[in-house]
Amino acid sequence: MSDAKSLRVAYGEALVELGTKNSKVVVLDADLAHATMTSMFADRYPDRFFNYGIAEQNLMSAAAGFAHSGLIPFASTFALFGAGRAYEIIRNAIAYNNTNVKIACSHSGISVGEDGGSHQSIEDIGLMRLIPNMTVLVPCDPIEMKKAIAAAATINGPVYIRVARPVVSNITTEDTQFEIGKVVTLREGTDVALISTGLMTERALHAALMLEKEGISTKVVNVHSLKPFDVTTIRQIAKSVKGIVTAEEHSVIGGLASAVSESLVGTLPQGFGFEKVAIMDTFGKSGKPEDLFSYFHLTAEDIANKARSIARRK
Amino acid sequence: MDIASQTVKARELRADVLTMLYKSQSGHPGGSLSCVEILMALYYNVANINPQDPHWEDRDRIVLSKGHAAPILYAILADLHYFPKSDLSSFRQIDSHLQGHPDMVKTLGVDVNTGSLGQGAAIAGGMANAAKYLKKDYQVFAILGDGELQEGLIWEASMAASHYKLDNLTFLLDHNGLQIDGTNEQVMSLGDIIAKYEAFGFSCFKVDGHDIQAIVEALNAPTEGKPKFICCETVKGKGVSFMENQAGWHGKAPNKEQYVQAMKELGVEVNV
Ligand SMILES: Cc1ncc(C[n+]2csc(CCOP(=O)(O)OP(=O)(O)O)c2C)c(N)n1
Ligand SMILES: [Mg+2]
Repeated sequence: MSDAKSLRVAYGEALVELGTKNSKVVVLDADLAHATMTSMFADRYPDRFFNYGIAEQNLMSAAAGFAHSGLIPFASTFALFGAGRAYEIIRNAIAYNNTNVKIACSHSGISVGEDGGSHQSIEDIGLMRLIPNMTVLVPCDPIEMKKAIAAAATINGPVYIRVARPVVSNITTEDTQFEIGKVVTLREGTDVALISTGLMTERALHAALMLEKEGISTKVVNVHSLKPFDVTTIRQIAKSVKGIVTAEEHSVIGGLASAVSESLVGTLPQGFGFEKVAIMDTFGKSGKPEDLFSYFHLTAEDIANKARSIARRK
Repeated sequence: MDIASQTVKARELRADVLTMLYKSQSGHPGGSLSCVEILMALYYNVANINPQDPHWEDRDRIVLSKGHAAPILYAILADLHYFPKSDLSSFRQIDSHLQGHPDMVKTLGVDVNTGSLGQGAAIAGGMANAAKYLKKDYQVFAILGDGELQEGLIWEASMAASHYKLDNLTFLLDHNGLQIDGTNEQVMSLGDIIAKYEAFGFSCFKVDGHDIQAIVEALNAPTEGKPKFICCETVKGKGVSFMENQAGWHGKAPNKEQYVQAMKELGVEVNV
């Protein structure tokens, strides 16, 4: 548990590292370079950085234009204004023709905090998963962010990367496997599987420790790749436990809970437990991030409670 | 209220803004302080509103399209008794009705939700067009940021305003020259903004955006059947020396020292 840093700073560092290795990488932003941390790339490679101003539709369209000219553009803004405001551009100008644009959006989820519901994207994973050709990555810590950015650049096609705002500690290591389309088991267990993504993985690990003390054995599975989705492994995991709890900082509709349900429908034995920790189809609101995690029942304790209810079943 | 006492009021409102930001340790000082007089020209001088009846259907509408300036809007709404002034200290806290960006569902006096730049101006255009259709006399005022003008939606809304001859619609531009990543010029130059609005068919005015009287005169000037554009020349962070003209003060709360210093400049001694 070292090197705590904001995932957006990890994103900025990863961009600089990638840019140094690959001269085709260019970065575009929409007047939020100092918030998405693309400013780190802009400082290092000013002539490869393009600020499009407060104009997200133009940002995404222009990124498509850069890609059509053989470059590898990373376009960044807040998740709500990228995945949201520019949705149809991403769909038609980027994904429809499988254009090589990387969309890295910060300030996702309720961890945005005080700015409130107008700025808290709780639907971006769903929106991006819906689009054919799109790869959707949700890193859980700074190390995974670095791997996700490097991996995104190796794909020839659109990739969406969700970049959360808060400072987080590393919960994976440089050696932890990272393969697009594969889940990672961070902890073995036999009673319940906690399947989590992004900021919730840290909380799932914490929940697992709490449950261990109570004699409940939990497996923790981190999902960094929401699309393509590791259906095969999720099905195997489901066979090995009494039930699963999904955990995400996103709407219960369209994100991880949906992806897991879609993978398991028709395969579960009777009495199998399936619980969801997510934002229950409601908008976010202003408050300190940690207060909001509690308010929306997205804490380690909330995950543990759901796991307990499964473990207690006969 | 005469204009002289409004200068005193402006200082008090600025102090309220700083206190809200200091208490919540988040929010947007620069763009709140730059549009104090613009909102005062509307709320205390021109707009036909009734705080006792916030949902009065014939009221003039005021749309803070640059929704991040919510603190000054809330300070004014509290001063006009839409809600108790003590609510201001809950700004941005969990369970407060005072959200980071204006929310008409939660806060009395807010005419429309804003925060996603560009939308307020376009919604205001729809309200003005609806007033025409419903044969109502109310006017619609939208306060825009200069960085916000970079949104394509602003120009879609501007074209429609002129097409529908919305002479009941006024865009007031808070022209402070700054946005988040630097000056407008550095990020995405706006060019000759008055010439652009003239080309879009608006009646254009340019005023000192910290001179309430001048803004009021432009608001009251005839528009010859066209929508109106008032370019208010302002200073981002106005009233607090170390915040003035600093892009870095766009979205950052003052620490204790800075708060005390800022309040002192506004004539208020605070002990925190
Ligand atoms: C659609 C959208 N994109 C981006 C943002 C993030 N954002 C908030 S304020 C701001 C800068 C606004 O600059 P300006 O309009 O000049 O406001 P002011 O200087 O008056 O504060 C940005 C980019 C947003 N709120 N909405
Ligand atoms: Mg500005």
